[in-house]
Amino acid sequence: MDPLLKLLTMRARESVDDLAALLDEKPEAIRARMADYERRGVIRGYRAVLDEDTAAEDKVVAIIEVKVTPEREGGFDHIASRVCRFPEVASAYLVSGQADLLLFIEGPDLRTVARFVSEKLSVIPGVTATATSFMLKTYKSHGFLMDPPDEHERLAVSP
Amino acid sequence: MSTNGLPSAPDRIALHVRDIPRSGIRDFFDIVSTMRDVISLGIGEPDFDTPWRVREASIFALERGATHYTSNLGLLKLRRAICEYVARAYGTAYRADDECLVAVGVSEAMDLAVRALINPGDEVLYHEPCYVSYAPLVRLAHGVPVPVPLSGATGFRLTREALERRVTPRTKMLILNFPNNPTGAGLDRADVEAIAAFAIEHDLIVLSDEIYAELTYTGRHVSITTVPGMRGRTVFLHGFSKAWAMTGYRLGYACAPAPLIDAMMRIHQYTMLCAPILSQEAAVEALKGPEADVALMREEYDRRRNYLVRAFADMGLPVSEPRGAFYVFPSIAGLGLTSMDFALRLLEEERVAAVPGTAFGASGEGHIRCSYATATDDIKEASVRIRRFVERLRAR
Ligand SMILES: Cc1ncc(COP(=O)(O)O)c(C=O)c1O
Repeated sequence: MDPLLKLLTMRARESVDDLAALLDEKPEAIRARMADYERRGVIRGYRAVLDEDTAAEDKVVAIIEVKVTPEREGGFDHIASRVCRFPEVASAYLVSGQADLLLFIEGPDLRTVARFVSEKLSVIPGVTATATSFMLKTYKSHGFLMDPPDEHERLAVSP
Repeated sequence: MSTNGLPSAPDRIALHVRDIPRSGIRDFFDIVSTMRDVISLGIGEPDFDTPWRVREASIFALERGATHYTSNLGLLKLRRAICEYVARAYGTAYRADDECLVAVGVSEAMDLAVRALINPGDEVLYHEPCYVSYAPLVRLAHGVPVPVPLSGATGFRLTREALERRVTPRTKMLILNFPNNPTGAGLDRADVEAIAAFAIEHDLIVLSDEIYAELTYTGRHVSITTVPGMRGRTVFLHGFSKAWAMTGYRLGYACAPAPLIDAMMRIHQYTMLCAPILSQEAAVEALKGPEADVALMREEYDRRRNYLVRAFADMGLPVSEPRGAFYVFPSIAGLGLTSMDFALRLLEEERVAAVPGTAFGASGEGHIRCSYATATDDIKEASVRIRRFVERLRAR
């Protein structure tokens, strides 16, 4: 992977000059590559990683495993794209194992999410079963531990 | 007489210990530790925590009751893992049975090697600026430390000519440390071969402290043990403190021909008995597991290195590109202050701690050591402050 992409996944808010300094490149080169990645959709966006338990009290997340009957033409993709267009669906993956699709659904409360599953998701032709789990607590998200950082007595100067 | 009835303490201290100066780093540390809100670029250890797989392996070992002594040389499974690793990574094969000794850090391994090999009055060459322990260890063994000064103008590379100027018929040993603390200098194969030829011609034993070998960013690390004729006269020293971020585990090792390891073991068995078993168990995991975590840390250091080198260049401070370790050693010679005064004033006026070059020997004068084993945001803020300070000095 391009070191620029790797760095952006960790420190997207660095200025172009600082990205260039960290990667020992010219700012113009960085600016051009970022524009190219954005244009081609390799980079889809930049966002903050929140401790959602603290930051978003009025939000519930459900993980839904969905079994579907693949269609003769289009396989899983057609149904998946129909599912994904609902704004309630935050992420969606095709997975191996018992279920076929794994969805992360977001809503303001349990009832809204439950209603979405029963009234919108389950009734899509081809969806044969769903299993819903509600997220209770976040321990780690996008590589970030949600625990407070460990405190150490680190020497301020050492050889 | 002091109040407790003993003769005044200094008289009781052995002469060769009385002569050992306090480490310049300690003095500086004492000043820094009285101040608040300091950004420290003075830290010679990784800011990363030990990879979790290694910590988890330590917990598991503790649960299984790994709380006993080990063989003097160290756990055989660890010595096997070390010898496999050294052969794979650096190209020299050692026998786990009798050519490898596990010690409490490179610190202890180095001490053992010096004590096992030095007779009173033997001269030991070491290049300077350098890690703080070499000269004191030689003195404690009643040897004579002979620094070989290196200069920033040549990127702190060690040349045969510099060595030839200091060698005498009493020279017995040469201590090497590349990648280097504090300069970050590294050697390529041609440099290493020239040094090896020198060591062979003068029949010297080489102690090669390669503790930063994995943290090489430009080119590949070349171990002097791979030069023909060197394996038999070299003690290869390495450990887990740096690349695996395991400083507190206190674990290092020596690989060398069996008679040398045996001599070192005879000291180690009485002074240390063995290295802590928990650390040894953790080290087995460090070596056998995936190296992705080591690679991630190296990539992060590399980015910070790029940033700092560019920052100093932008300030107009001459800096030779460090090839390894996690230090930048810019020159502040043109600013009219000694390194000690520069470091003290930088600390007082801008709350940034950088270690004066003279802590690493007289030839470090005119430089400061800035460690990039520090979070990127701190490095960025420290760069802003150093620049402000340098501009003020220039405006005087
Ligand atoms: C060049 C060098 N050698 C040896 C050591 C000590 O290493 P250890 O923790 O293995 O005793 C250090 C630590 O800073 C070092 O920089």
